[in-house]
Amino acid sequence: MKLLFGRPAGLTEIKQRYCPGCGHGIVHRIIGELLVEMNIREKAIGIAPVGCSVFADEYFNCDMIQVPHGRAPAVATGIKRTRPDCVVFTYQGDGDLAAIGTAETIHAAARNENITIIFINNAIYGMTGGQLAPTTLPGMRSTTSVKGRDVVKQGYPIKVCELLNALDGPFYLERVAVDTPKNIIKTKKAIKTAFQYQLENKGFSLIEVLSMCPTGWGVTPIQAKKWIAEVMAKYYPLGEFRNRAKEVK
Amino acid sequence: MAEKTLMYGNHALVEGAIYAGCRFFAGYPITPQNEIPEYMSIRMNEVGGVFLQTESELAAINMLFGAAAAGARAMTSSSSPGISLMQEGLSYIAGADIPVLVVNVVRGGPGLGNIAPAQSDYFQSVKSGGHGDYHTIVLAPNSAQEMFEFPRLAFELAEKYRNPALILADGLLGQMMEPVEIKGEPIDPKSLPEQDWWLTGCKGRERRVVRSYDLRPGKLEEWNWRRWKKYQEILNNEQRWEEIKIDDAEVIVVAYGTSARVAEAGVRMAREKGIKAGLLRPITLWPFPAKIISELSKKVEDFLVVEMSLGQMIEDVRLAVEGKARIHFIGHPGGGLPTGPEIYNKIIEIRSKK
Repeated sequence: MKLLFGRPAGLTEIKQRYCPGCGHGIVHRIIGELLVEMNIREKAIGIAPVGCSVFADEYFNCDMIQVPHGRAPAVATGIKRTRPDCVVFTYQGDGDLAAIGTAETIHAAARNENITIIFINNAIYGMTGGQLAPTTLPGMRSTTSVKGRDVVKQGYPIKVCELLNALDGPFYLERVAVDTPKNIIKTKKAIKTAFQYQLENKGFSLIEVLSMCPTGWGVTPIQAKKWIAEVMAKYYPLGEFRNRAKEVK
Repeated sequence: MAEKTLMYGNHALVEGAIYAGCRFFAGYPITPQNEIPEYMSIRMNEVGGVFLQTESELAAINMLFGAAAAGARAMTSSSSPGISLMQEGLSYIAGADIPVLVVNVVRGGPGLGNIAPAQSDYFQSVKSGGHGDYHTIVLAPNSAQEMFEFPRLAFELAEKYRNPALILADGLLGQMMEPVEIKGEPIDPKSLPEQDWWLTGCKGRERRVVRSYDLRPGKLEEWNWRRWKKYQEILNNEQRWEEIKIDDAEVIVVAYGTSARVAEAGVRMAREKGIKAGLLRPITLWPFPAKIISELSKKVEDFLVVEMSLGQMIEDVRLAVEGKARIHFIGHPGGGLPTGPEIYNKIIEIRSKK
């Protein structure tokens, strides 16, 4: 019988532990497929974060390292400078990347470090139980903002692509989402482009992925997808923020 | 006699590291160790290595984590407040069993303190400064010559046991000039055989994972007991020290690094007066040379511990002596240096009260 659909060889056989409706599984699959399709699995080194996706070191079928909270871009720098021929990617959540790891993120981008960052933005802290994230929307409820984020007391969310776009360094910045099949295809295209630029030694890419966290948001998976389209993507507009390959020479 | 070159301690350390095959340096400026990154930025360029001035010490130690996991002989250097920032990364590196070299050119603390030479980071270095049960191998040079030689020893020990190693120097050792003999053959890092834990991309082999965690019940405990065995091996095999006139000594001064240099003068002055004083200089602070001190405490009545701290190493001396001898102390916390006459006078005082 002909196999029409199966687990890509870029993922291990280990069952993923993510909640129903979570976006991590989709993004994992995209990366797993690209590792094979782009023939980079055997030279990839992935960096697993702190948070729900800490187990990414079990799921991606390539060399992996698990690192301290927020420090993935620094570890990636050390690996890439030591093994320039490897494809080095980090997989990070919003707390990891935009709170504790803000400095590492900004400076890796400013150096135009030749690495790929996959940034999962679900506007909440998932693993620790749904606390306020640097990306939690104004008015959005979390376990540490039970009446909704009060921007007077808790400040405004951080728009990472816009923030990094203020720097000269980064080569490619794009925000995508995994709420619909169409957006999932766009996400895959963006991550593929980022890996391709790394192979061409172009430098720093960050793909911000708006992703569902039904458990953290306290909604059903269907409601979560709708919320991305109707609310989240309004605050965090999708699209390409920077692509130096397209700049006029 | 071999040719010697006059070198700053900090420069000797850089040459020693490069001689030992170090080709990755990441660090952030802080006094009194700035000569290390400055000189490193020039030398790494010459030898085709990587030099990165980082945004913080947090970034530096984590770059080391990545570089060493990918197979580089990687080092960073900093001074006390910067080393505090590195403790998070060091704990992960120790938890992942990755060898790296961290050089601490200690200054007076706590807090911002001052930039004068001090030994007040002893506890942080030998008791594990970060979270969790772990140890780092700690070497204490006392000359520019040892600043040159210890990076090699540190890398060898670190790789033998897959454990981070520290060199604990201070501003005086870093800034003074001394003749240095370039010894041994330089190591070509390309000649180092690939290890079965290096991350290189999984071409032609199973994938490898470097991690410091195990959430399964009981598994982390197993892992930590295995690491404990490694620490026992290091404790048994790697205690290093230097002895000066201790065979017939009635008072033994215990001091390391800069304090030991000064203590040697105090011991010499005592000997000139016919007082049987000796010096035991720990070279490894962890593993602490407890075995020799324990042996000596069976026949020596008085130990004098000299530190540029409030009394940190004295705890390890006390543990080794186990109540079998009296222990005295001279401490200079906050960037002050002991003097030879001060140590001599203390030896006289100890012997006169006998």
